[in-house]
Amino acid sequence: MDWIVPMAPEFQEKIVGKSVLRKEGPDKVLGRSRYIDDITMPEMWHGATVRTKIAHGSVKSITFPSHIPWDEFVVVTAADIPFENHIVHILNDHPCLVDKEIRHPEEPVVLLAHPDKQRLRAAVDAVEIEYEKRPGVFTIEESERMDPVIWGTDNTFKSYLMEKGDVDTVWADAAYIVEGEYRTGAQEQLYIENNGVIAEFSETDGVTVWGSMQCPYYVHKAMMSLFHLPEEKVRIVQVETGGAFGGKEDYPSVISAHAALLARKAKRPIKMMYDRMEDLAATTKRHPSRTRHKTAVDKDGRLLGGEIEFAIDGGAYSTLSAVVLSRGTIHAPGPYYWPAIRVKAKAMATNIPPHGAFRGFGAPQSIFALERHMDHIAKVVGISPEEMRRRNFIKTGQTTATGQVVRDKIDMNAILDQALAESDYHAKRERFAKENPASTVKHGMGFACFFHGAGFTGSGERYLASIVGLEATAEGKLRVLVSSTEFGQGTNTILSQIAAEALRVEYDDVIVHQPDTSKVPNSGPTVASRTAMVVGKLVHSAALGMIKTLTESGLLREGYSREEFLAACAAHMQKHGALKVLSQYEAPPNIFWDDQKYRGDAYPAFAWAVYVAEAAVDTTTYFSEVKNFVAVQEVGRVLHPVLAKGQIEGGVAQGIGYAIYEKVIWKDGAMANNQMTNYIMATSADVPPIKVFFVEAPFEHGAYGAKGIGELPMDGPAPAILNAIEEATGIAFNECPLMPEDVFEAMTHTAHTDEQPLVTEPAFTGVGPR
Amino acid sequence: MAITFTVNGEKRTVDVPPVSRLLDVLREELHLTGTKEGCGEGECGSCSVMMNGELVNSCLVPVLQADGATICTIEGMSKNGEMHPIQKKFLECGAAQCGICTPGMVLAAHHLLEKTPQPTMEQIREGLAGNLCRCTGYQRIFEAVAQCATENAELLATSESK
Amino acid sequence: MRSNVTEYEMIAPATLEAVLQTMAAEPGEYLPVAGGTEVMVMLGVGKLAARKLLSLGGLKELRFICESDDVVTIGAGTTFTDIRKSKVIAAEFPLLAQAAGWTGSIANQNRATLGGNIVNASPAADSPPALLAYGATLEIVSARGVRTLPYSEFHKGYKKTALEPDELLRTITLPRKFAGWFQRSRKVGTRNAQAISKVAMAFVAKKDGGVVTEIAIGGASLREMPIRCTAAEDAVRGKTLDAAVIAAARAAMTGEIVPIDDIRSTGKYRVQVIGNILEEFLKELAQS
Repeated sequence: MDWIVPMAPEFQEKIVGKSVLRKEGPDKVLGRSRYIDDITMPEMWHGATVRTKIAHGSVKSITFPSHIPWDEFVVVTAADIPFENHIVHILNDHPCLVDKEIRHPEEPVVLLAHPDKQRLRAAVDAVEIEYEKRPGVFTIEESERMDPVIWGTDNTFKSYLMEKGDVDTVWADAAYIVEGEYRTGAQEQLYIENNGVIAEFSETDGVTVWGSMQCPYYVHKAMMSLFHLPEEKVRIVQVETGGAFGGKEDYPSVISAHAALLARKAKRPIKMMYDRMEDLAATTKRHPSRTRHKTAVDKDGRLLGGEIEFAIDGGAYSTLSAVVLSRGTIHAPGPYYWPAIRVKAKAMATNIPPHGAFRGFGAPQSIFALERHMDHIAKVVGISPEEMRRRNFIKTGQTTATGQVVRDKIDMNAILDQALAESDYHAKRERFAKENPASTVKHGMGFACFFHGAGFTGSGERYLASIVGLEATAEGKLRVLVSSTEFGQGTNTILSQIAAEALRVEYDDVIVHQPDTSKVPNSGPTVASRTAMVVGKLVHSAALGMIKTLTESGLLREGYSREEFLAACAAHMQKHGALKVLSQYEAPPNIFWDDQKYRGDAYPAFAWAVYVAEAAVDTTTYFSEVKNFVAVQEVGRVLHPVLAKGQIEGGVAQGIGYAIYEKVIWKDGAMANNQMTNYIMATSADVPPIKVFFVEAPFEHGAYGAKGIGELPMDGPAPAILNAIEEATGIAFNECPLMPEDVFEAMTHTAHTDEQPLVTEPAFTGVGPR
Repeated sequence: MAITFTVNGEKRTVDVPPVSRLLDVLREELHLTGTKEGCGEGECGSCSVMMNGELVNSCLVPVLQADGATICTIEGMSKNGEMHPIQKKFLECGAAQCGICTPGMVLAAHHLLEKTPQPTMEQIREGLAGNLCRCTGYQRIFEAVAQCATENAELLATSESK
Repeated sequence: MRSNVTEYEMIAPATLEAVLQTMAAEPGEYLPVAGGTEVMVMLGVGKLAARKLLSLGGLKELRFICESDDVVTIGAGTTFTDIRKSKVIAAEFPLLAQAAGWTGSIANQNRATLGGNIVNASPAADSPPALLAYGATLEIVSARGVRTLPYSEFHKGYKKTALEPDELLRTITLPRKFAGWFQRSRKVGTRNAQAISKVAMAFVAKKDGGVVTEIAIGGASLREMPIRCTAAEDAVRGKTLDAAVIAAARAAMTGEIVPIDDIRSTGKYRVQVIGNILEEFLKELAQS
């Protein structure tokens, strides 16, 4: 495989590093996989949610008109919540159901259940809510004006200050001071399977929830809190999940709470399955952002220092905003060396359904700004975008903005070289410059350089203290016990490969237990690109622990064969009843992080990348397309080439959507285009050929040297594409998504000079008669 | 109303309201849950089935119009547990990640290759454009379909040379 | 799925005659449904007001493409896939074949019918621009008899057509007179496939020694219904194409359209883009 460039001596592994068949793949291609809506339970009823139609205000009254036979339904309101009316994420500000105060459209007020799914819609529509409406805030700017204050004392969920060096002294010596403002819009995760759960409640057994989710233990914690139940009386089971991308990180706690409340009152299982319109309107999206850069550079374009103001729109409740803000803050300076930098970051409240996790989690937002800004600075200084990067790449041994010493043997110049070569960047750039003037379709090349921290920030992994189990089964298999979930990214496959490799058995000897909190330990949430790297490493050590156990009990000799291993397991089980090993995360000794000052080792590992986009803008229709895409990344170790490639390709496709297709149209805080007809994602006819290349520099604390890569591909495409579009058109677009209507406005309305690239505002807000 | 059709080679009769979506009849009456609902508006293709030899979005077919039809769902693509070559290729090429679009995508690929056994890249893109995949970026799916086409060509060449 | 299907009725009379009898007995009571790709979407989102539906799906007598010496006649129940497969349409009415190819997805083309596309009367519908440019004629039937109507007189307003409550569209007829004509069409959507149009145009023209002798322009999403851009046509017909004539045509078109801001796009964008497309076609025509 010439698209993987190993920097280390040839690896000896037999299973890791190979493209084995996806563990649950056969069921998926056969159509046998059972997602939550494929599952029914005896006596099960269906649940639905009555939601608010206003963004801010309060409930004056709720009326149940008599034309619906309400005695056939189970009705749940806030009055039915046994203890505190909140869904625990980080803070406790998220009500489970509206009691009186309304803070966003589509906020849940009443829950209904009925045996006949088809009867629910009419019932939901029949419930009459009388509102007292108050003005709301719907953008970062409106929230900043604090008119009104809708959360806390100043509409600010969280703020951070991250500083390195003395920024105030850099301006005086600067040859250039370059400013810019960049914005990103909301983006919908658009998993093809909507949110859904089935919940059961009994006084004796407690709560059980089966569902489409990423983090069973998050739901576990939320249910414990909602019902004041002890650990063992809450059981959460993840079933086959049809895509998640962060959209099922915190939201499942909400839908599970609703289904469980209905189940408790109905005394029977309740399935809640959203349809697309509801899922789009009511669940989380990527945080919109605004970033302001002010940068001091010397005459050669070298960064002297900068101030970055980074703001995100968190929606109505804090949920995960503090953590999204954190990641966005730490990634804001990018893969460059900053002698001095100050990042002021804040997450603002608005009267919009709370925003949440989406692949990248703050980094796509701040990296979009940075990589647009780097091209901007290059223009001001009069050097090429390429030269601008080369003069500023951070090198091994230098410190990041948080003071973290870069230990990776990283060579961004080499990665840039490879990316530019593979994309034919220079030749195409020259050709386009010649051909564009006479062509109605303008072509341009653009790239973005970035990094992505894998794993939880700072001491996050230490707090998580993840546990992984490995056991032998009576059927002669080795079973991995983790709460890490599969939702397409390959969890089951990767962890099986690692276990099989470490135990020296075959891939097919390993199975993965369904993530069921009554059966598996808490290996942490399936987020933050940590599963292969952190959880995989724990699987590895559990495997070594199992070998040790067997060796020490005299059942296994050194240099054992697969057959001997399986026999040893059987023998151990015969003798002792079971064979199970647990392995718990221990932080590497030299990780230091100060949560107050935001200094230290922000992430255990960074993956590094350069993405190159070739864009075409049709000046007849103002329609932009990505014609070719090259993604080069250094990822530690490629555990499974096809899966890894798939992750990058899928993330790039989502990034392309983020750049030029996927626009959320807001109307008074509600998503007006909540149908797939009008929220546009790329089809097979829209994606370019995507060429993927990996460089490997093994990370010692990751499983077989792997770093996380799940989110990395989300960071590069949007700035690379808008950089390419600027090259093509000569117009600086600093907001994504960039729609044809925006390109049209800029191209037809204002002249601009090369010195001050035109900064445009979005023309397409989508308001107007339907 | 009694509706009779052939599903995966088996004659079935259901008694449902005539406007019931074929999708719901397949999933809920016949318990063939391989066909999925992703959008309910004919945009995502995860409900794709073959009806009378043509690819259709089953969320948009009133079951009355399927009376007397021959239907093939994802369950009908494999025979006696033996995967269809397209399914094998999807598995080998990593064309299925979360798997929710996969049944519809396999049917769409099947439909494409039946109509156009040697599709160009452009024809593959067009043939699958009604099936949205959020996980893969389509690249591995293109690969799977292209490999199927190549193998079909080789099989044809071998059989023709006999 | 936001409707309760037990609240809906659907009948499927076996012949066209039986259908027309039913519609005559209870005019306006039943909503005819062909491929269902519009009606079932409405059902899915809970917005299908009509509770009684009449399936035309089984009427083989509505699904055909037949050629005579001077016309091609298409049954209203012909699917877009049928149209794409037709050799005569590909050869002589390429703009209609093109429109069929950019309607929805292949799965939708297999079900959606030309008749349904016309009668549903969305201003963004894909086939009307080509049909208008080709000067299609409609045959409308009822128990009372048969009548024909130029397609250009079919749309009366936003989703309002010339169909009486007891009438059904039976055929669409196209004159076989476009051999050697300059033909172009273009649809601008939200993406390359499966997109509702922001604007679309079908354009046919004939030149004789540099003078444009014939021209017909059909447009979608330019007004509340599909339209012939007659003002633009008038600005060009009988003239030699130069920059001034092209500019006048563009200005005339801007005057006769009323594009709106909606969930997909803006009126300003639509005006600009359709003008760009018109200019592009006229320039190509000038050089042809």
